Amino acid sequence: MRVGVVTFPGTLDDTDALRAVRLCGGQPVPLWHASDSLHGVDAVVLPGGFSYGDYLRCGAIARFAPVMGEVVRQAGAGLPVLGICNGFQVLCEAHLLPGALIRNDRRTFVCRDQRLRVETVDTAWTGAFAPGEEIVIALKNGEGNYQADAATVKQLEDAGRVAFRYLDVNPNGSVNDIAGVANAAGNVVGLMPHPEHNVDPLTGASLDGRKFFASLLGQLVG
Amino acid sequence: MAKVIVDVMPKPEILDPQGKAVTSALKRLGFDGFSVRQGKRFEIDVDGELTPERLDQIGRAADTLLANTVIENFDVRVEQ
Repeated sequence: MRVGVVTFPGTLDDTDALRAVRLCGGQPVPLWHASDSLHGVDAVVLPGGFSYGDYLRCGAIARFAPVMGEVVRQAGAGLPVLGICNGFQVLCEAHLLPGALIRNDRRTFVCRDQRLRVETVDTAWTGAFAPGEEIVIALKNGEGNYQADAATVKQLEDAGRVAFRYLDVNPNGSVNDIAGVANAAGNVVGLMPHPEHNVDPLTGASLDGRKFFASLLGQLVG
Repeated sequence: MAKVIVDVMPKPEILDPQGKAVTSALKRLGFDGFSVRQGKRFEIDVDGELTPERLDQIGRAADTLLANTVIENFDVRVEQ
């Protein structure tokens, strides 16, 4: 399976995401923001970082990059898309996911190994988890405070579209401790924590990130 | 050349951590009793005549890019 990883100007974690795809048995395909081709990939990861320097709002300018037109179009047709951190912000700005990410309520950058609960396994990126599984994933952001109006939050909760929830502490003030959400079809998922950093025992506090990619690849990991 | 101002503010119900930080810094400096919310101001120079169509276009630009209406309100006005 060929998994594309988009690099915008200011993206940081594209290399880690490409490596995570490879370690989990996929074929990584680098994608460039200024190209309007996805080169026929089977899925797309929008990685973390500070695209366009976070100018205007996080993800606001990246959302209009040439590559995003095709990502939005193909996501609408069912292409699996995972947005990680800045990628999550881009997906919200692109209206592929509801809500928005604002500055952390504690006004500091947060970097920690974060416990999460997997709230739905009915998405392209969470099928390899057990329902309600508790995992640890690296979290690092200054603007990870997920907000949406009350009606949208209720709709997400009622439809089981809250994909991940923070456990122990809410690190940024996100409404209902929401760490990640999915679209109605379940092919598009965005979250603030970084699963691509939890695929290698040398550097990760867990290997729980592998299951994101295993979900996509439809194979079990040891 | 006409100048159009677009003010973008976080919606009242949305937490404004930057405004809170400014508020508490002011208080520390002895400026008591001020509550600040922080937004953005865009100054747009318009080539040629500012027609109603051009002004409408700026409104759409604000709605599309300058503001995220999930969390922000915006206001468009012509600078006199």
